[in-house]
Amino acid sequence: MNVVEKRLLREVADLHDMPAGAYNIRKDGQGVGRQNTENIEIKTKTDKPGIDIIIKPGTKGESVHIPVIITESGIEDMVYNNFDIGEGSEVLIVAGCGIHNSGSKKSQHDGIHHFIIRKGARVHYVEKHYGEGEGAGERVLNPKTIIEVEEGAYAEFELVQLKGVDSTRRSTEAKIHKNGHLLITERLLTHKKQYAESDMVVELLGEDSTTQIISRSVAQDDSQQVFYPRVIGMNKCRGHVQCDAIIMDRAVVRAIPEIAAHHTDAQLVHEAAIGKIAGEQIIKLMSMGLTEQVAEETILQGFLK
Amino acid sequence: MLELQNITYLGEDNTPILKEVNLVLEDKKFYVITGPNGGGKSTLAKLIMGIYQPSSGKILMDGEDITELSVTQRALRGIGFAFQQPPRFKGITVGQLLQLSNKAEIYGELCNYLLDVGLCPKDYMNREVNTSLSGGELKRIEIATLLSRKLKIALFDEPEAGIDLWSFSRLIDTFRNIHSRNGQTTVIISHQEKILELADEVILIADGQIQQKGEKDKLLASILQGCDCSMDCLERTGEADECR
Repeated sequence: MNVVEKRLLREVADLHDMPAGAYNIRKDGQGVGRQNTENIEIKTKTDKPGIDIIIKPGTKGESVHIPVIITESGIEDMVYNNFDIGEGSEVLIVAGCGIHNSGSKKSQHDGIHHFIIRKGARVHYVEKHYGEGEGAGERVLNPKTIIEVEEGAYAEFELVQLKGVDSTRRSTEAKIHKNGHLLITERLLTHKKQYAESDMVVELLGEDSTTQIISRSVAQDDSQQVFYPRVIGMNKCRGHVQCDAIIMDRAVVRAIPEIAAHHTDAQLVHEAAIGKIAGEQIIKLMSMGLTEQVAEETILQGFLK
Repeated sequence: MLELQNITYLGEDNTPILKEVNLVLEDKKFYVITGPNGGGKSTLAKLIMGIYQPSSGKILMDGEDITELSVTQRALRGIGFAFQQPPRFKGITVGQLLQLSNKAEIYGELCNYLLDVGLCPKDYMNREVNTSLSGGELKRIEIATLLSRKLKIALFDEPEAGIDLWSFSRLIDTFRNIHSRNGQTTVIISHQEKILELADEVILIADGQIQQKGEKDKLLASILQGCDCSMDCLERTGEADECR
């Protein structure tokens, strides 16, 4: 693996070497490495591009890494990945896509991820997007995530994109059943002329199902961001949506959270805030000896942590 | 030694907030600035920190003209300022804020500064400096960020505001201990009698000017003479009729 490939893997999956557990690495539209474990099986789909990841019931403390890297200009990759997370299992799944585009053509990766998190399972899913390269070619990522949280299951989805991706349209759809819980944290930083759109719909179907959506974003330069987080309560349930954005330079941010209740015991809350970095925050850090620039970076890093 | 020479600060519409102020703050002395609200106390402290720039006049630190220096440059020369209403930082923990302030990374040492302000480090080091903290907690953390630094001049803008009585008496001890331990010049803006009692010198500011400056005993007596009410309403001196 060359230096660029290694760096992309490090950025999107925190991988410094081949991971210990199950993994599947896809490069420029082709699988380049795979490892199954006794409890985790990764299979190539036969009808369309993509993989099935099957985690046996009761699997505990294992991880799956499925990074995608694109190093050639002009690659347009589309994959369908299915995740079947067995009853009572506890796993970490690290996905993510890194694009190095030094050419003039568009490089694009669209992933459709379908999760079934079965009864009582606990899953922590991390998806990082990263782009680099000096070429004029666009770096585009359009992920679609479909999540089904079964009875008593717990899912934590961490979606991160910090710089480098020119255009992204993210779509997330989730259905939560009885006593199920879904936590989505989204962290986004756009700069230059980048565009990012995130559309989420979480349906709380089962009794005592809960969800929390936390979106933190920073929009710099001339970039644009649009958020549509929606929570629909169909039963006795709780949902909380929090969109928080820091706006800088000439950026544009739109946040349109929506909550819809179809049951008298649905407790739904949404909060949305957009604002610049407060002058007092910068001055406070400067009064501790930080320069204005470092103070600003420190505030943004903390905000997006 | 810090010296303010003919400092004038004009606010909006050119309204004078401070008028031709001359003040010398000697090394290692404990000063308390008091006076009515709107008299110019906070403005004076912010001018020393560099948050405000004077409309005219000079500020000298150990003989060096620091009038044009930025907040950062003054901080690096050993000036620190605790805000009356400290800002909150989403995502930054109390421990990280103390680390940014102290620059050292000895966790145990940082914990001590929280103990100094009556907060249990175990409960607070990993808490974010966000809206989950009460105003009183935030103020104590703000004070801790100053205690954690080796400063030449430590400025505190009404540190007691929002702090409960139990913590207040502990805070008084902390100010006394820190002042002698660090050998710094301490300047506290306050209306509280107990804080005034800590001072080597009390400075009374009203109407944008230093009305009186001197040893606490003499000055307190003179301020009190003009006020029938308790010392807690010192801020009304020169302002409200019942205090005349």
